[in-house]
Amino acid sequence: MNINLTIIGQIIAFAFFVVFCMKYVWPPITGALAERKKKIAEGLDAADRAQRDLELAQEKAMSDMRKSKEEAAAVIEQANKRANQIVDEAKEKAREEAERLVTAAQAEIDQEANRAKEALRSQVAALVVAGAEKILEASVDADAHAQLVEKLAAEL
Amino acid sequence: MASEMTSSAYISHHLTNLTFGAHPENGLSFAQTAQEAAEMGFWAIHVDTMLWSVGLGMFFIWMFRKVAKTATSGVPGSTQNFVETIIEFVEDNVTSIFHYKNALIAPLALTIFVWVFLMNTMDLVPVDWLPFLAQKIGEAFGADPHHVYMKVVPTTDINATLGMAFAVFALIIYYSIKMKGVGGFLAELAFQPLGKWLLPFNLFLEIVGLLAKPVSLALRLFGNMYAGEMIFILIALLPFWAQWLLSVPWAIFHILVITLQAFIFMVLTIVYLAMAHEDH
Repeated sequence: MNINLTIIGQIIAFAFFVVFCMKYVWPPITGALAERKKKIAEGLDAADRAQRDLELAQEKAMSDMRKSKEEAAAVIEQANKRANQIVDEAKEKAREEAERLVTAAQAEIDQEANRAKEALRSQVAALVVAGAEKILEASVDADAHAQLVEKLAAEL
Repeated sequence: MASEMTSSAYISHHLTNLTFGAHPENGLSFAQTAQEAAEMGFWAIHVDTMLWSVGLGMFFIWMFRKVAKTATSGVPGSTQNFVETIIEFVEDNVTSIFHYKNALIAPLALTIFVWVFLMNTMDLVPVDWLPFLAQKIGEAFGADPHHVYMKVVPTTDINATLGMAFAVFALIIYYSIKMKGVGGFLAELAFQPLGKWLLPFNLFLEIVGLLAKPVSLALRLFGNMYAGEMIFILIALLPFWAQWLLSVPWAIFHILVITLQAFIFMVLTIVYLAMAHEDH
């Protein structure tokens, strides 16, 4: 309980510790703390920004996908239409071709028939003349009666 | 040890510092008895108090400096985490009480808190261990073990607490004068709280109030720790098988006391210095 020199010693030690603490302990540690605080704030900011970016990217991806789906649908529709058109055209062409063939065949048939008729007619004329000659026992001047014969043939 | 001497001799042995100084008859020497230590007067030094307080202060400085050197703003290690917790605790207290710009206050508060806490913590070391060890060492150096004293809790030495309190007091005076000027400081002492017509009364009141600051600061810490130490010593007088019944609860309670006293010393220092900065 004696008050003595120890008190001075204590004051000196205390002063030394305080000064040391003020110079070499407090500033680095509080500096590190402040820096960490800043880092954390920045990190949180970055996370927020990244979140926003992600949302934007997702939205963009969704809209892109929707757009390409629409485009694809349009392309398919167009292709279908085109295919139908090609089929129709082909059908039309086929029909025309068939018609043409039919017409040509018909024409040939007609021609053939006419030709047969003509041949038949000329043969009938000759037959008639021959018949008449036989009946009249005289020759008939073919040239003189040609007009008559032809008229007869035309009536057949 | 209690069996070798009377209870009162045991207690007084535990309450005597290892004192080195100029004795009027024996010259420069270690005091052999409490009586001799008292006779040395002012020109003596408590070797044990100095040893433990400076040792613990060095431990504080070493630990915190180690962290400060490698302090990183990245992921802190466990030691850095621990030190940062203490620093943030102190910083919170300082910023909530002290609203001026002063780079000294926070480190001062930190030093007081940790240092006082460490010195108080010595109280939890069983009372006989270190004194017994010191006696053995003293014996090895040829001293009479009965006259080797060792008080391991520096804060149970009034010199230690008064030393810190006086240092704080000096800072109070310094900042009062720095912030308010000599005139402002004297005016504060003279014209408060009752106006200039009661100047002598004001002066008396304020000077008593001013002096009460360091004295209360020192005596509060000293009284608490001295009483706590005293109870540990008294418990140590019981038969060894009964000691734990009292010493364990008291030690657990004392964990609160040593922390609280360190905290109070720190907070009051901040409050006093904030008052010194305050301009009326």
